[in-house]
Amino acid sequence: MNAKTVFMGYTRSDLANLVVALLVALVVIPTVVQTDYWYSSILIPWLCLSLAAIGQQIVMGYTGQLALGAAGFMAAGAFACFNLILRVPYLPFPVALALSGLIAAAFGILFGLPSLRVRGIYLMVATLASQFFIIWMIDKFGWFKNYDTSGIITAQDILIFGKPFTSPFEMYLVVVVVVTVLTILAINMTRGSTGRNWMAVRDMDIAAESMGISLLRTKLQAFAISAFFCGVAGALFAFTYLKSLEPVAFDIKLSFKILFMVILGGLGTINGAFIGAAFILLFPVVLNSIGNNLFHGAIDATIISATEQVVFGALIIIFMIYEPLGMAKLWYNIKQSVRSRFAPRSELPRQRAT
Amino acid sequence: MMQARNFPIGDPILEVRNISLSFGGVKAITNTSFNVLRHEIRAIIGPNGAGKSSLLNCINGIYKPQEGTITLKNEVLDKISPNIVARKGISRTFQNLALFKRMSVLDNVLVGRQLHMSANFLQVAFQTPQARREERENRERCEEIVEFLEIAHIRDTPVGRLPYGLQKKVELGRALATEAEILLLDEPMAGMNVEEKREMCRFILKVNDEFGTTMVLIEHDMGVVMDISDNVVVLDYGKVIGDGPPDEVRSDQAVIDAYLGVAHD
Amino acid sequence: MTEFLFFIEVVVAGLLAGTMYSLVALGFVLIYKASSTFNFAQGAMVFFAVLAFVGFMELGLPFVVAFFVTILLMGLVGFCTERLVLKPLRTQSEDTLLMATIGLGFVLEGLAQATWGVEVRRLDLGIGDFPIQWIIDSTGLFISALDLTAGFVAAFLIIALALLFKYTKMGLGLRAVADDPGAASSIGIPLGNIMLLVWTAAGIVALVAGMMWGARAGVQFALVDLALKALPVLIIGGFSSIPGAIIGGLIIGATEKVLEVYVGPYFGGAIEGWAPYVMAILFLLWRPEGLFGEKIIRRV
Repeated sequence: MNAKTVFMGYTRSDLANLVVALLVALVVIPTVVQTDYWYSSILIPWLCLSLAAIGQQIVMGYTGQLALGAAGFMAAGAFACFNLILRVPYLPFPVALALSGLIAAAFGILFGLPSLRVRGIYLMVATLASQFFIIWMIDKFGWFKNYDTSGIITAQDILIFGKPFTSPFEMYLVVVVVVTVLTILAINMTRGSTGRNWMAVRDMDIAAESMGISLLRTKLQAFAISAFFCGVAGALFAFTYLKSLEPVAFDIKLSFKILFMVILGGLGTINGAFIGAAFILLFPVVLNSIGNNLFHGAIDATIISATEQVVFGALIIIFMIYEPLGMAKLWYNIKQSVRSRFAPRSELPRQRAT
Repeated sequence: MMQARNFPIGDPILEVRNISLSFGGVKAITNTSFNVLRHEIRAIIGPNGAGKSSLLNCINGIYKPQEGTITLKNEVLDKISPNIVARKGISRTFQNLALFKRMSVLDNVLVGRQLHMSANFLQVAFQTPQARREERENRERCEEIVEFLEIAHIRDTPVGRLPYGLQKKVELGRALATEAEILLLDEPMAGMNVEEKREMCRFILKVNDEFGTTMVLIEHDMGVVMDISDNVVVLDYGKVIGDGPPDEVRSDQAVIDAYLGVAHD
Repeated sequence: MTEFLFFIEVVVAGLLAGTMYSLVALGFVLIYKASSTFNFAQGAMVFFAVLAFVGFMELGLPFVVAFFVTILLMGLVGFCTERLVLKPLRTQSEDTLLMATIGLGFVLEGLAQATWGVEVRRLDLGIGDFPIQWIIDSTGLFISALDLTAGFVAAFLIIALALLFKYTKMGLGLRAVADDPGAASSIGIPLGNIMLLVWTAAGIVALVAGMMWGARAGVQFALVDLALKALPVLIIGGFSSIPGAIIGGLIIGATEKVLEVYVGPYFGGAIEGWAPYVMAILFLLWRPEGLFGEKIIRRV
């Protein structure tokens, strides 16, 4: 925490983490991974959902507002992006993406308004309204779907300054760049005064207000930024993973999944978003392959998906009881104990606040 | 306390006029008035349930009194929320510790600097030079405060893990960080031993002397009150029953009755 | 005149459908009163209970036996929940408990599906979902027999529970526990028994609600989403009030039907999906504690 900053307020280990992450993402993975399956079925959805989970972290993990509507904002972002590309000629994809995020942010502000009056389960119910309303709106007004009656609209090709990014690997690159940039921005905010204000509101709102923090501004800001992240994530999810747009893909189940990602990953941490998304995404894959390979399909698919539900639910209960700060905290503890085994006492980093 | 002060006591800075507050049918404060003078240390005393904390909560905007006015530097604070009151120069601590439990000591104190930071979230997100400079400067300021309060060794510990006495100090540090003109301290020494109380008194006097901060504090320990305060307000059953310098208040019959427990009828 | 009759019909259908929301909300209120926990899993309990009931019937148990076996099972579920989930979390914040019950909901849904499968079951209670002839004859209104039965069953359950709370020793103990569990157990009120009773009662309510819904729409996973609508009902009625749950359910049921029939067509229909939630938001802005909830004063 108090380690020397080397560059723009980042410590040596921050920069090392960034370099390692970029090396893995842009050098190691492209050389090792040759099959499209890994890009289009694992890496791309993982990164997209991690981005949405960061959005959920901001509003729930950092600001302490129990919101359950991430998928609604994702849908808003996805359909905004579709319509922008459809209706605005020559709009570069990154610009469309940013605008989609802004449109989702507007919804975030609108549906964040109840947070000024209520908290806990009350707020959760209020945010469910956004989930159901946004999906309904997209479904019922043909304009959003360009009057397509087939129900499934194909997403346009991603064009960045005339160059198409259509193969799984190319799309992966787009996702990596967007997610990296937005993650850095999120880290900057959470470490700076913006994030401190969020956490102050989370931990003790009345004291925060007495220190001059406007609850109204801080909460709505968190909702807006959270929805921005979800909106961009939704657009990426639709254009690079689903490759189609249908409101059903963003139903309440996805909102629950994202909620689980941040709870299991660890509330109030950015790496928790990535860990949680990886777990929620990969666990069913692993479970399925166990079912297929070990039992050669003898186990019914419904049993497998039911098992998945039981495990997720049980894990949430277990984490709430034994480690409310989730897998990110477990990971941190493991790192600490490894480090303390191999490092002399004096080099131990100071205990960090979460 | 008669030696020359860096900041001599001046005119009223805060005027409480005819405040009444009730919750449902329960009257917490009834028609209360008093002044707080610039640069003084003002104690509010009274038995439990006398309405002391409610009074601070009214001044700071957490409760909205049904009647009466509170005037800060000739400006009426009417039905405004705590964050606006903070902006106008009043900061505070709480009776039952209201710290940001999962945040580190330094981050807690940094929240107190919030009003001195103007970078918006985009500047923070993109780490513009202004945002970085501001963060650095305020961090340095907070380092000074934790040094001053002798809690620098725990600066990176989440406050939720600290013992009570240290948490009280952190809360004082957070209030100091605001550099408010007026500090409202709600039982800053509750639950402390003699040693800790003496230390806390030292801090309060030092802040008052060095920065001229006006202090309004609630305290139960009469020894402490008599030692450090310039003036005392005595509340009982939501009413002011005494107001003046410590010596005068101590010999006031109504105050003695309230404290020694003469039957109310 | 026929238009007015039609309006009445819509309202009555809405009110009767609302009793089903009330039933789910009722289970929620019971647990909230006894353990101050927002039991998000109540919807999952509805699904779990009725699926278990149908499952026992498929095993060949007679209706009544299956009913009581399911109630025992729900009591067991409640007992385990109390011991394994709520007890270790007693000292945690409300939000933590709420998240744990969301997890519990997923466990119950998963267990139910793993045990009894996912296909939609038909549940025949011997009550048809068609209009009752003598009501049509006497008033001209078309009212479904199933809706009417649900209404009566709900009314019966509410009266029974209200009496239980007010006049039995158990009810008195329960109110004491709700007020202060520590103090209640220190004067010898058997906390464990009371919790078991409450969870069993919530289980009965869940089973009855599930049977009513199952008879109409089939026993299927969609029940869980329907049960979510008990949440806006609770916001309107207040989380701790039995009459609140009932009246909230009636308000939501009637309003959503009226909106759907008269306003819905202008927006392409299906506004029932979100209308209750938006109503809840508007209600929150006006009266955050609900119609019958106690006003919350936050003291500092």
